[in-house]
Amino acid sequence: MTGPEANPAEPDLRVARWAMWLPLGLFLSFVLLVVGGLLRPADHDVPSRMIGQPLPQFALRAAVPDRPGLARADLATGKPHLLNIFASWCIPCAVESPQIDALAGQGAEIDGIAIRDHSDDLAAYLARNGNPYSRIGADDVSAVQLAIGSSGVPETFVIDGKGVIRYQHIGDIRAEEIPAILAKLREAS
Amino acid sequence: MARRFILLFAALLAVLVGPVWAPAWADDTMPPAPYAYRQLDDPALEAKAEALMETLRCLVCQSQSIADSDAPIAGDMRNQVRLRIAHGEDPEAIRGWLVQRYGDYVTYAPRITTLTWPLFAAPLLLLGLAALLLRKRFSRVGQS
Repeated sequence: MTGPEANPAEPDLRVARWAMWLPLGLFLSFVLLVVGGLLRPADHDVPSRMIGQPLPQFALRAAVPDRPGLARADLATGKPHLLNIFASWCIPCAVESPQIDALAGQGAEIDGIAIRDHSDDLAAYLARNGNPYSRIGADDVSAVQLAIGSSGVPETFVIDGKGVIRYQHIGDIRAEEIPAILAKLREAS
Repeated sequence: MARRFILLFAALLAVLVGPVWAPAWADDTMPPAPYAYRQLDDPALEAKAEALMETLRCLVCQSQSIADSDAPIAGDMRNQVRLRIAHGEDPEAIRGWLVQRYGDYVTYAPRITTLTWPLFAAPLLLLGLAALLLRKRFSRVGQS
């Protein structure tokens, strides 16, 4: 009982020089992790995992009287298509509509799926914003939307000639994004 | 003086509460899907569906399950879950179908994958380490 130095059975309480800094180092790396997470812009997109997968079987009734409905077979015609998921009640869709028109003007084949929409609301929307769609299917319970891994409106899918999903664009298409969409469409053909 | 405080308080309230009032998203006017708010007639099947819906994540409301959310797409997902359960589909098969489309994001039930296994292994490792250290200490106490 003469002190820790004299007793060999007592554990050595002196801490190595580098180990003294260990708690501070751990704390600082934690702070770095948190600050990094706070500064990174939030990404709320939920991308579809169906890219590279064939479209599931579906057949939707016509959403408006002057365009036919949409089935899987209409998208696997040997020619790539754009599949626009939209709705008359969706404001970003209306914002996007000039770009959809422009894409159709540059030769893109565009089909639409209207999510949870009334026929007369949709007809008014198309009269107001233009109707570049070849076919528009009505998805009243989001069944096809869920089946292709889409989580909102608007979204635009590139479908190749065999009916395989090649690309997904989440959110409205901006004017500067048109060339990229056309490039994806060319890639799919 | 008091009036200035009231004005300041009102301004603060406007800044804090204003964004909540503003409607951020337009919504559809369609009636909800048949089984969005209607339970299945068979209580056993409904319990099965309920258990699954509580562990599926709403796609547009970030931190709610589809059982908790009033978003139209969550209603459509509940409709689909109930219809599939009623057709005799296995709840885990339905979860798998959704994970295939949306990734692990859509499920609240944790899975062990190459990315998540350290979360499960770390506590076991730490417990093992603690046991090892404590054993050393206790054996020393026993000797002295």
